[in-house]
Parts: sequence; C-alpha cells; structure tokens
Amino acid sequence: MNVPAAWYLVVAALLFGVGAFGLLTRRSALIMFMCLELMLNAVNLTFVTFSRTMSDIAGQASVFFVMVVAAAEVTVGLGIVVAVFRRRSSTSVDDLTELKG
Amino acid sequence: MAPVATLLLIMPLAGFLFVLVMGPALKEKAIGAIGTGVVAVSFVLAVVTFFTLLHRSSREVTIHLFNWINVGTLHVPAALLVDPLSITMCLFVTGISALIHLYSIGYMHGEKDFRKFFLYLNLFVFSMLLLVLANNLLLNFVGWEGVGVCSYWLVSYYFTRGSAASAGKKAFLYNRVGDFGLLVAMFLLFHHTHTLNYLGVFHVAGTLSPTVATLTVLALLLAATGKSAQIPLFNWLPDAMEGPTPVSALIHAATMVTAGVYLLVRMSPVLTMSPDGRATIALIGGVTAFVAATIATSQQDIKKVLAFSTVSQIGYMVLAVGVGAYSAAIFLMVAHAFYKALLFLGAGSVIHSLDNEQDLRKMGGLAKYLPLTFPAFLIGWLAISGIPPFAGFFAKGDVLTNVFQHNKFLWALGVVTAILTAYYMTRLFVMTFRGTERFRDVTDGHDPHESPWVMTVPLVVLSALAIVGGIVDLPWAHQAALSGFLHPVLGYVPAVAAASTTEQWVLAAVDVVAALIGLVAALTIWRDLSFGERFESTFFERVWYWDDFYDATIGRPLTEVAVFDESVVEPKVIDGAVTAVAVAIRNSAEGLRKVQSGFVRQYALAMVLGFAVIVVYLVARVH
Repeated sequence: MNVPAAWYLVVAALLFGVGAFGLLTRRSALIMFMCLELMLNAVNLTFVTFSRTMSDIAGQASVFFVMVVAAAEVTVGLGIVVAVFRRRSSTSVDDLTELKG
Repeated sequence: MAPVATLLLIMPLAGFLFVLVMGPALKEKAIGAIGTGVVAVSFVLAVVTFFTLLHRSSREVTIHLFNWINVGTLHVPAALLVDPLSITMCLFVTGISALIHLYSIGYMHGEKDFRKFFLYLNLFVFSMLLLVLANNLLLNFVGWEGVGVCSYWLVSYYFTRGSAASAGKKAFLYNRVGDFGLLVAMFLLFHHTHTLNYLGVFHVAGTLSPTVATLTVLALLLAATGKSAQIPLFNWLPDAMEGPTPVSALIHAATMVTAGVYLLVRMSPVLTMSPDGRATIALIGGVTAFVAATIATSQQDIKKVLAFSTVSQIGYMVLAVGVGAYSAAIFLMVAHAFYKALLFLGAGSVIHSLDNEQDLRKMGGLAKYLPLTFPAFLIGWLAISGIPPFAGFFAKGDVLTNVFQHNKFLWALGVVTAILTAYYMTRLFVMTFRGTERFRDVTDGHDPHESPWVMTVPLVVLSALAIVGGIVDLPWAHQAALSGFLHPVLGYVPAVAAASTTEQWVLAAVDVVAALIGLVAALTIWRDLSFGERFESTFFERVWYWDDFYDATIGRPLTEVAVFDESVVEPKVIDGAVTAVAVAIRNSAEGLRKVQSGFVRQYALAMVLGFAVIVVYLVARVH
C-alpha cells in the first residue's frame, strides 16, 4: 500500500502546528521543551518525506544532524530548567523576566 | 678642510650637549668657560677655514655629511657649503658671539638660571652656523627655525615677568609669518627646479619665468622681513629688548636679524631674474630705514633706541640688496655687527652700573663714572653716525653710492635717514653720558660702578673693530677686499655702473655733511633736556601707531571672533551637535527597550510571525 507523500506532509504540518501552539500557550518550561521537540520532529518528517520522493539521501542525513543537535539542546536545556527550579521552585517561564529591557 | 669646517659647526652643539648632560654638577664658572670656549674654538676654526679657502683655486666646497631625506625626486642631503659668503658670515658670527659669551659671564653673574642662559646661547650659535653653512634651503630652514626658537627662549628668559613672556610670543609669531614666506619660496623653487640645493637652483635660475621669479623673490622678501625685522613685520624687535642685554647684542644686533639679509644675498641669482622683486626689496628697505630712524628719535628706553636703530640699519642692508649691491649689504652687515654689538654691550654696561635702569631720563653725566664704557660708547656712536674714518662711514657710504646709481629717490631717503641716525645716536649719547646726573634715585645715592673685566674686554675689542672695521672693504680697494672675495658667489650680479672718482668724493662728502648736520642738531637741542623734549613726538614714540594698527585690524577682530566662538559656536553648535546625538540615541533606546519584555513566549511569537511572513513572501514570489 502506497501512502501519498502529501499525507506525510499534512501530518508534519499538524505536528508543527500543535508544537507551535503549545509553545505559545503553555507556561511550564518542560512542556515548552516537549513542544519544541514536537516541532523539530515535524520538520524531520518533512525532510524524510521529501528525501524519499526526490530520491535524495541528503535530506535523511540532515535529519540525523537535527536529532544530534536536539539531543544536545535537551541536555543543556533540562540542566538549565533543573537549576532554575532549584532556585525558585517553579518552572514557569513568565517568572524569568530578569532580562527585561 | 672638511673636518675643520664640520667641527666649526659642531663645537657649539657639543658645548650645548655637554652642559646639558653634565647639568647641575657644573659650577657657574665652568659653565661660562665651556660656553665661551667652544664658541672661541669655533671662531679659530672659522679663521683656519677662511685661510684654507683663500689658498684654493675653487672657492666653493661642498661637504657632504649624510643623506637626510630621500623621497621620490626630493633628495636633501645634510651638507655644508663653504664659500666666501658663508665663511664671511661664520667669521663675524662666531667672533662676535665669542665676545658676547665672555661678556655674559659678567652680566649674568649670580642669575638663578645661569646654566639655562648659556645652553640657549650655545644652541643659538649652532643654529645660526647651520643656517649660514647649509648647502640647501631645507637645511637652512632648520637653522632658521632654530634661531627663531632660541630667540623666543632668550627673549622670554625672565618669563615670570608678563611683559617678557608676551614679548617672546610676539617675536615668535612675527617670525612665523616670515617662515610662511620661506616655505612658499621653497615650494615654488622645488616645483620649478626640482631641487633645493643652492647650486642646483642657481644652475637653472636663468630659466625661471619672470612671474615665478618675482613670486619667489617676494616670498623670500616676506621671510626676510620677518627675521630681519623690516616693514611690515618689524615691531617684534623692539619688544625683544625684554631679554637680557647680551641677548639683544647677540641676536638682535649682530647675528639673527642678519639672517634675512643673508638669505636674500644667498639667493641673489634668483633675485637677479626679477627686477620688479628687487625694486620692491629696495623700497621696503629704504622705507624701513627711514621709518625706524624717525621712531628712534623719540624713544625713552636706551635699548629701544638701539633696537630701532638696528631696524633702520638693516633697512639699509635690504636697500643695498634691492639695488643689487650685495657685497655692500654684506659689508654693512659686518661693520654693523661690530658697532652695534659694541653699542648694545656698552648699553648693557650702563644698565648694569645703574642696577638695571633703562630709562634715558634717569641717566646723564655717566662719563666720569664709567671710564671704559664711555670711550667705547663714544666710538660706537661715531661709527654708527657715519663719521670718517670709522667703520660705519665706509659701509654706509658703500651702500649709498650704490643706491645713488640706481634710484635717486631712495638715495635721498637714505641720506635723510643718515641725518636722523646721527641725530638719535647723539641724543642717546648726550642723555646717557653728558648733562646733569639724574640717576641718584635709582642707585640709592651711591656712585655707579664700572663693570668687571669680562664685560669690558669685549668692549675694547669691539671698539677696535668699530674703528678699523672699514678696512674690510675700502672703496678704493674693492677688488682686493671683501667685494673681490665675495665676487665668485655674487658673480651673477649685473655690473654696477662704477661711479667716477669725483662722484664718489662728492657722495662721501654728502654723507659726512649729513652726519654732521644730525650731530650738531642733536648736540644743540639736547644740551637742555626740557628743551629737547619738545622735539619728541608721541607719534614716533608710539611707533607710528603701528602696533595699534595691527591691534585694530587683526588683534581685535580676532578677539571678537574668539568671543563669538566661545559664547555661540562652542555651546550651541559644537556642544549642541554632541548633545543632539546623545539625546537621539537615548530616545530611540527608550522605544527599543520595550521590545525586550523578558517573556520567552513573546519572543517565540515574534519568531513564528516572522517565519510566517517569510513563508508568505516566498510563496507569493513563486506564484
């Protein structure tokens, strides 16, 4: 059974939309992280889709880079979140406004 | 002769450096001895060089020291040109400087800054020798500026006194105007001849167009008016009398002020190309001689009379240059160096004996108290007045005879100036040495004292020179004397129509009569001080209101501009611009900081929106 490429793209767009919506509406740093991952993986899905339809392996290679960077980012990000939580017992990003101009 | 001539230049510099480095370790006596010694050695070396040159067939020796500037087509070596003109200058510059150094030991005895004084004096002599010996205009300019700055230091030697400090500044500023002329002359010459070496320039001087030649000559004239105190830049010299008297004698009589005349004589091949330029030079010289002489008749300060007398005498020299009588100009320069140094040192001796009083009205009857200064001053007085057989008679006669050949009007002006010269010098002499004693207030009642030997020896030597100085260039022996010696250098001069013997006798007689008229007139008028004072004029005493004129036309308008700048331009325009920039940046920053809310989600929203805009744009472009 052959699923059309457009379906994958629609799923990817939906995933991206959900991620972006979550990022903009939630306050918890952890949830926002998860939304971010969702968006990254939506993009990955797009990459893979196009890679297959165009028979170009470069797209799939890019996905690996994105995964590595995302893993590193999560490591650093979670470290920061834990440090912040220790200081102020909250992970709400709305409280972190020290850099306000 | 190369090492000798180089050493002649280096000696004063060596003395300067030695005293500078050894510094406070040296006693006053040692400093005086070293300072005087090096210049005396320089004089001996100049004599040696002179005789060596005399026995050579080629009397033009270039001594290459090192390459100084090599840029593109501009090649300026540090090289010396020893020829009859430069060695003549060296001889009297070092000779008289040595005497004045010796005199300074006595005059400056006990001064707090004795060492500083001798440092400046030695550096000055070095600069002057560099100016004279340089083989190109740029090296000459180094010496030119050197004497300028030394003059500034020495004039404002008593810098805690406001008048001395401002006199130094005045001298420096007037000289700068002249320096501008010299720079322009150098630019013009380099542009048209591609060299600054004297010999190189002279080689192609004949090819200069009349316009270029005239412009160059006028620029050189401006330089000369600055350094040699001629109209319109002459008023700095009288103010420069604020310096110690030996300085007045050294710089403002014998050496530095002759630099302008030297420059003009040195550039004679270029001057020859421009009759208009030379006419201007002659006019400036003649008028300056006359104007300065009138001013000297009404001055009350003994040194100011001598200062204006110097201006007037240099006017004669410039006049001689203007009519092409270069050797006459040098002759008068040498003779003037003798008798004017004598007069200044004599005046210094008088001032010294009266505890630094310079006002003629507070002197009088000093003859019997100063047994050595009195005859010395007498000789100086007769020499400058033009009484035969003293040096001044022959030198001034030589100038006037030459002027007579070219321009009867300027000659008449010269003769009138000669009358005035005899008049003001006699007035000075009578007011100082004859008549009633008016100095008792100044000396607290006791008698004035004669100066120590270090001060009187130079007076004796200079007196002898002022008497016999005329033999340097007697009118009936021109070819065998100075003129003949200088001829190779000034060989480009158009031949002066030789005056007939009868004519020369008549002109000489006119000179003597002119001198006697001035002499007798002054003796008659100034027998009684209160009677004589009726012949003084405020107009002359205030220097023809020349300073007031400059003050009104340059000084005050510039002050107005400065005040306007201070009250309007500075706070409104300059400060305003700076403040406006600061305010603009602060205001825009006020607006921009609102963007930095600190809420992560706002940033994220901005990113999403931005991304959306980009996508819309891309999609729109594809379709």
